[in-house]
Amino acid sequence: MDYFAQQLINGLVLGSIYGLIAIGYTMVYGIVGMINFAHGDIFMIGGFIALITFLILISLGLTAIPVILLVVLLVSMAITALYGWTIERIAYRPLRHSFRLAPMLSAIGMSFVLTNYSQVAQGARVKPIPPFITGGYTLHESPDGFVIQLSNIQIMVVITTIVLLVIFNWLVSRTRLGRDMRACEQDQTMAALLGVDVDRTISMTFVIGAALAAVAGLMYLLYYGLVDFFMGFVAGIKAFTAAVLGGIGSLPGAMLGGLAIGLIETFWSAYFSVEYKDVAAFSILIVVLIFMPTGLLGRPEVEKV
Amino acid sequence: MNGDKILTVDRLTMRFGGIVAVQDLSFDAERKKITALIGPNGAGKTTVFNCITGFYKPSAGAIRLAHDDGRVIALERLNDFRIAKQAKVARTFQNIRLFPGMTALENLMVAQHNALMRASGFTLLGLVGAPGYRDAEKRAIDLATDWLRRVNLLDRADDAAGNFAYGDQRRLEIARAMCTEPALLCLDEPAAGLNARESAALSELLLSIRNELGTSILLIEHDMSVVMEISDHIVVMDHGVKIAEGTPREVRDDPKVIAAYLGADEEEAVAVMESGT
Amino acid sequence: MTAPSTNTAKPATGILALLKTAFINALVALVLFSLMVGIRTEAGSSGQLTYWTRFGELASLVAIVFGGSIVIELLRQWIGPTGAEKLVPPALQSGMSLIGRYLTPALLIFTLLVPVIFYDQRYILDLAILVLTYVMLGWGLNVVVGLAGLLDLGYVAFYAVGAYSYGLLATNFGWSFWICLPLAGILAAFWGVLLGFPVLRLRGDYLAIVTLAFGEIIRLVIINWQELTGGPNGVSGIPRPTFFGIPLDNSDEGFAARLGIEYSPTHRIVFLFYLILALALLTNWVTIRLRRLPIGRAWEALREDEVACRALGINTTTTKLTAFATGAMFGGFAGAFFATRQGFISPESFTFQESALVLAIVVLGGMGSQLGVALAALAMIGGFELFRGLETYRMLVFGMAMVLIMIWRPRGLIGHRAPTVFLTKAQAISSDLVKEGHG
Ligand SMILES: Nc1ncnc2c1ncn2[C@@H]1O[C@H](COP(=O)(O)OP(=O)(O)O)[C@@H](O)[C@H]1O
Ligand SMILES: [Mg+2]
Repeated sequence: MDYFAQQLINGLVLGSIYGLIAIGYTMVYGIVGMINFAHGDIFMIGGFIALITFLILISLGLTAIPVILLVVLLVSMAITALYGWTIERIAYRPLRHSFRLAPMLSAIGMSFVLTNYSQVAQGARVKPIPPFITGGYTLHESPDGFVIQLSNIQIMVVITTIVLLVIFNWLVSRTRLGRDMRACEQDQTMAALLGVDVDRTISMTFVIGAALAAVAGLMYLLYYGLVDFFMGFVAGIKAFTAAVLGGIGSLPGAMLGGLAIGLIETFWSAYFSVEYKDVAAFSILIVVLIFMPTGLLGRPEVEKV
Repeated sequence: MNGDKILTVDRLTMRFGGIVAVQDLSFDAERKKITALIGPNGAGKTTVFNCITGFYKPSAGAIRLAHDDGRVIALERLNDFRIAKQAKVARTFQNIRLFPGMTALENLMVAQHNALMRASGFTLLGLVGAPGYRDAEKRAIDLATDWLRRVNLLDRADDAAGNFAYGDQRRLEIARAMCTEPALLCLDEPAAGLNARESAALSELLLSIRNELGTSILLIEHDMSVVMEISDHIVVMDHGVKIAEGTPREVRDDPKVIAAYLGADEEEAVAVMESGT
Repeated sequence: MTAPSTNTAKPATGILALLKTAFINALVALVLFSLMVGIRTEAGSSGQLTYWTRFGELASLVAIVFGGSIVIELLRQWIGPTGAEKLVPPALQSGMSLIGRYLTPALLIFTLLVPVIFYDQRYILDLAILVLTYVMLGWGLNVVVGLAGLLDLGYVAFYAVGAYSYGLLATNFGWSFWICLPLAGILAAFWGVLLGFPVLRLRGDYLAIVTLAFGEIIRLVIINWQELTGGPNGVSGIPRPTFFGIPLDNSDEGFAARLGIEYSPTHRIVFLFYLILALALLTNWVTIRLRRLPIGRAWEALREDEVACRALGINTTTTKLTAFATGAMFGGFAGAFFATRQGFISPESFTFQESALVLAIVVLGGMGSQLGVALAALAMIGGFELFRGLETYRMLVFGMAMVLIMIWRPRGLIGHRAPTVFLTKAQAISSDLVKEGHG
């Protein structure tokens, strides 16, 4: 039971990170109808920028951890968002009304570019950082010595995710931008006729998605204490799986899918085998899609003939 | 209404969530006759077609198809492609659905898929070039050619269907449906978007299909000049229910029909009242 | 689509506007590269992270972006606002079909002569074998993506199934290549059907992720099922192909000895070349035949309009499954060839990048065009090879090329479809009309 509770905590934390990345996939899909294959790499870039900012701040002699965290968060969100914006401009916008496979391949190409760009720029070796946020709470200690730990970093990941979701939800449901985004999702032509700046709205979608991925990158860095140039691929595929599992295009679905994938992975590793955790996640995705072809929360596709 | 019935729709109901698109609808279509299904937009006509052709599974009711040889098939129990393949019901779509990147001839060849599949020994014989398949293919091309001639598109046989003018696409879609050699042909607004001359040609084509080939036709149409001219029997729907049926003359004079159309669209009502007089 | 686009890349006029654009681009580049390029991190020997600055590199990159923006902007003004599209004049495009008629036999004859012309150049022969392998993979995937319009991001899984089928059967049971080759194809086709079943109801992007997931599952199982597959270490000592039973080595029983000629390792290379050429041509021949059979027409019809297919009585389920199985079978053949050529296989050869590469070949080729796929494979693999020296930059350049090619020719090199049957004259159909499927 204690072991189970511990795994539940670990799974939720991992799921939060996946969920943050998955939102980026789902948002872009909702508006532009394409899979942004480069999104996983945006997450990786976010992690790298956070790492580099940390190093600089520390070497500048800063010691106040909250200040460092805040600066790192803002810098990595800002620069990563610019990556998202640039990629949309260069690789996707020219193909917006093109046929469906072209933007997908362009995105795959962009993903290769980003992966190898950071390999070339920062080397292939894994970059570790010393544990930054330490400590935590012991929630429960059983007589046989098993303890349930809740570390500060775990608390931080979950709280940050919740705060971001609240802000994000407000953004989408209450602001002008959110309304424009929903309008574009429904019908771009109509939205444009009604005075919505479609290009800007789409750009902003990429910017927001990238900023959320940057936060996920920072969390990943803090939680696992390392980044490497290839982490975007695996995390990206998982988050993409999460988005599809939840029903691509659905924002709550992305978060739900993220948590589901995080839990599946953690529990499979804990109770069966670590090696097959990804196989389990992918297999469950396939099984879910067999029975719910549009994911857990996706709108069922009605075929009007 | 005591002729030989090919299609019997019995208390058909189709619901989408809260919407009842078709409610308790019963009607028959006679063999070798043209039966028209008319009604204002949103009356549920296309939905009836989708139930008959297996694209929707009816919420309730029965749809029976009686073949010449006495076989009776419960259409509501067959799903999608089997209705076309086994029950021999062919259809066209309100929004034309050709294979735009394939030539007119190819479109008609695809329609003969099942016959050709058998002839090609499910691909294996065809792959090795067995003579039996070559003959079958030649016959298929002949049938397609024949239909292209009937719909007056023979000279465009090798053009991509997507390049055809609207009226030509409508006729090609009918030809494609006929290439499946159906017992019942269901046409969803075949005259939509046609000019007067094209509509007249369409009427002639449908009459020739009925008279020469003896194919039964179920027709959804708004163009009353076509409906009144060629229909043997008319079923009128409004809001998912049948409000009248009878011969063109009976329907035209039915006050309920006029009221339904008046409620929906004045122009259409006028068209109903004036047509055929 | 006619969405009233608000900024249709109005060509900047005047030198000032030009400089402004370039300046903004350079500024964006400066921010983007500032930390990623300007600062280099490295883990020291004790695990401690260190960093040093690289402002020189940063400055040159920003300068390149600045200069590049000016050049591109000028080019755009000269060529016209539509830009890339016009780089291929319509005359050339329509001429392609004519060239195509002569290009195909010319290319075929040249390919047949490659081992003669380049007999002494081992490197070119190896490269040619590699290109042909991808031509075959491209043709195989073309059945699924190009003809049936079904997206498959995990094609490499079937390549892997084929490779491991031969590798394991040959090393464990000593079965010969010629027995294993059809088996590899059948097993891959079997997996294709197995994958096909769950995905039949899925459309578009759901299909994309499931095929991708399937590819990853196969790769992960290969990595982790160590007892069977040797895990990351792979399978080694896979028998080399024999000339229908006669080994191509320098033993007394060998090919050279029997013919009474001097042994040369090139014999085997040449044999491998003709082997993959034969396999590729078989794939091509079968695909061309299938296109003219009802099944092939049904595949294309499925790509064009699935609803209409059902209304015509076509069983879309089996039609999709046969497409998956056929494509997978060719992938399996190619995999068996790969295993016998390398003599060693490991999961590293079957990553998502391979799937993406083959898919890029198919799309660049112009979906559904056999000649286009062959040309695209030649261009991609050949181009890739040019950057062999720049190991780390290779994938970077490859990724950029993929983006640029898609922007340049979103519908691929060969922009039309040839009809499968005609009454009087076969006319090429512009790819603007051809649908791309939604599955
Ligand atoms: N797939 C569907 N889902 C929900 N509602 C539908 C669907 N198909 C049809 N309807 C509804 O059924 C009603 C009848 O539509 P339809 O049969 O197309 O009318 P008609 O062809 O007579 O113009 C309409 O209100 C339409 O919105
Ligand atoms: Mg209708």
